[in-house]
Amino acid sequence: MLRRGSAYSAFVAALMTFALPGPAGAQDTVKIGAIYPLSGNAASAGNFSKAAIELAADIVNNAHPELKDIPLAEGQGLPGLKGAKVTVIFADNQGTPAAGQNQALRLITEEKVHALIGAYQSGITVTTSAMAERHGIPFITPESVAANLTERGFKWFFRTTPVAGDFARAYSAFIREQKAAGQKADTIAVVNENTEYGNSVASVIREVFAKDGLNITQVIPYSANTTDVQPQVLQMKEKNPDVVIFISYTSDAILYAKTMKDLNWKPSILIADNAGFNDPSFVSSSGALVEGLINRSSFAIGKPGSVSALVNAMYKKKTGHDLDDPSARAMQGFLTMAEAINRAGSTDPAKIQAALRATDLKANQVVTGYNGVKFDEKGQNILASSLITQLKSSVYIPVWPKDKAVATVQLPYKGW
Amino acid sequence: MSSILLQVIVSGLLIGAVYALFASGLTLIWGMMNVINFAHGDFVMLAMYTAFVVWTAFGGGPLASIPIAAAVLATIGVLSYFLLVRHVMRGPMIAQILGTFGLALLLRYSAFWYFGSNFRTLPDDILGPPFVFGDIRIDAPRLLAGTLGLVLTVLLHLLLTRTALGSRMLAVSEDATAAQLMGIRPERMQAIAWGLSAASAGVAGALIATFFYTSPTVGETLVIIAFVTVAFGGFGSVPGALLAGLIIGVLEALSAYWIGPVYKDVVVYTLFVLVLWTRPQGLMGKV
Repeated sequence: MLRRGSAYSAFVAALMTFALPGPAGAQDTVKIGAIYPLSGNAASAGNFSKAAIELAADIVNNAHPELKDIPLAEGQGLPGLKGAKVTVIFADNQGTPAAGQNQALRLITEEKVHALIGAYQSGITVTTSAMAERHGIPFITPESVAANLTERGFKWFFRTTPVAGDFARAYSAFIREQKAAGQKADTIAVVNENTEYGNSVASVIREVFAKDGLNITQVIPYSANTTDVQPQVLQMKEKNPDVVIFISYTSDAILYAKTMKDLNWKPSILIADNAGFNDPSFVSSSGALVEGLINRSSFAIGKPGSVSALVNAMYKKKTGHDLDDPSARAMQGFLTMAEAINRAGSTDPAKIQAALRATDLKANQVVTGYNGVKFDEKGQNILASSLITQLKSSVYIPVWPKDKAVATVQLPYKGW
Repeated sequence: MSSILLQVIVSGLLIGAVYALFASGLTLIWGMMNVINFAHGDFVMLAMYTAFVVWTAFGGGPLASIPIAAAVLATIGVLSYFLLVRHVMRGPMIAQILGTFGLALLLRYSAFWYFGSNFRTLPDDILGPPFVFGDIRIDAPRLLAGTLGLVLTVLLHLLLTRTALGSRMLAVSEDATAAQLMGIRPERMQAIAWGLSAASAGVAGALIATFFYTSPTVGETLVIIAFVTVAFGGFGSVPGALLAGLIIGVLEALSAYWIGPVYKDVVVYTLFVLVLWTRPQGLMGKV
């Protein structure tokens, strides 16, 4: 019996040797979970972000000497982990905070990801990052801008994108400059969808504008994903504000563009806070109805041969569309995470967290137009920045501030 | 009355007529078979894509896409009946609910797979410029959708109440066994009901596509209001769906305009609960 028993244990031990991974440190792949809306109403934007992240993973995993300023682009894989490749595991948040949370839990406990990025909608980033925080997994949101995300005292949460306060100050300075140049901007309406994203951006804009002496005369919150926006447009038509700021996701953005034309009303300055208005499927379906729309962006396709132009060409080859701003920011979030993991030289969450805290990317090392990436103690990127763009023949062109402008602003807003 | 207020009411009536058309197909299936078709919104979504394909393939406007979408959807409706509904009808109520819900997900994710997640729209001026009456502007696609919505809902009602086919269908819904003894084939009538209901979803979709965006989840966005319309108007009652659709459309528009768009659902659903409280069968439903 004893002999049979020990033979059996020897057999099991032999099996286990095979089953065990190779020597410690020789990591084959690094797993990064990416939670995006791949179905549901933001699926269009989510799938463009997914394509951008896939491209970023390709830049990290394969040799791209033409992008040599971007960390990890030149060689193959992560040199800090013996050339390990990065695998992205995508999960669908279905546009709801609950589904996002479940997916985060699944990625952490079942897929055993080493880090997470996501989740497009601010309201879903709230729940998914809470799950990462509970399990001690580093989380970067490349695009969610709600102010409170970095005010929760989280230790594993980082944000590469500029936030609502940054845009609000940019809009305010822009409007005041236009006003000084003789453009009518005495009354301002803010129209926002009423989840985390819309509400928080609207309230920051109201705060900043009040301080800067800009007069918000009308605030119209509405339920996202609505069936009809005619009453909202008629409310504006009645009060006739000079400036309108929309904070909306894609489906509502399309309805606003159509309905404003149908009801024949437009303000003299129309501003869209990114999001739905930057979705390539918005621009291709409704761009002709909103000529001259003012927007914000952290990404502009630069001069031929520049890093942003090269990356854009790769993205266009992959998807048939130009790289849009939220997708470019998603890409930057992913590249930041990969760079930190490489520097950590390990997939140990605590080491990745420490590496993220020490991140110090310069302006020429990022794909977006940020001044770099460096996190404060709350996890916010203090070098994030954005510029103001204007839609001209369905392409967003940087028009402000002057040092980054490619064309001059044309106002009043033309529309259709 | 200010012209803006009048415009709000007109806009509400037009969207209400579309709600009615959307809901009448749903209420037909309920009235005929006591089955709630959770895939109805996704039928409409497929019809919207049909309109989009008709436009991109050969530049066909609503005149072409309405009959094509009706035919395509009628086929899908009849197939759904023979391949799925007929079988789950034999099971418990929960099987029927999950059966059509599964069909809804199948159609939705097939659309994701085939058409992708991008939003599509038909050209804004597909039917020419809007009609202008003084200060009131009516977008041509909405006017067409609203008017056809009204006409088709009335026609559907007449078909059910004034024709031999309608009588046979109603006989099956009252008592399938007795109808069978009278020489009516229940399965055939039920298949026709599914075909008719899906065809009306086809027309609704082709019309809605002219002024709304099309995406794989658009059915989900629109179908909730259709369920409310059906319950409000009375399960199984086509005129009820029409009345309820118009009331909901105007009520939504007015409450969004007066109180604010965030509160329109509160107003609509409060009225909904009040109506069900006093008339559980809905406005025009039978007890």
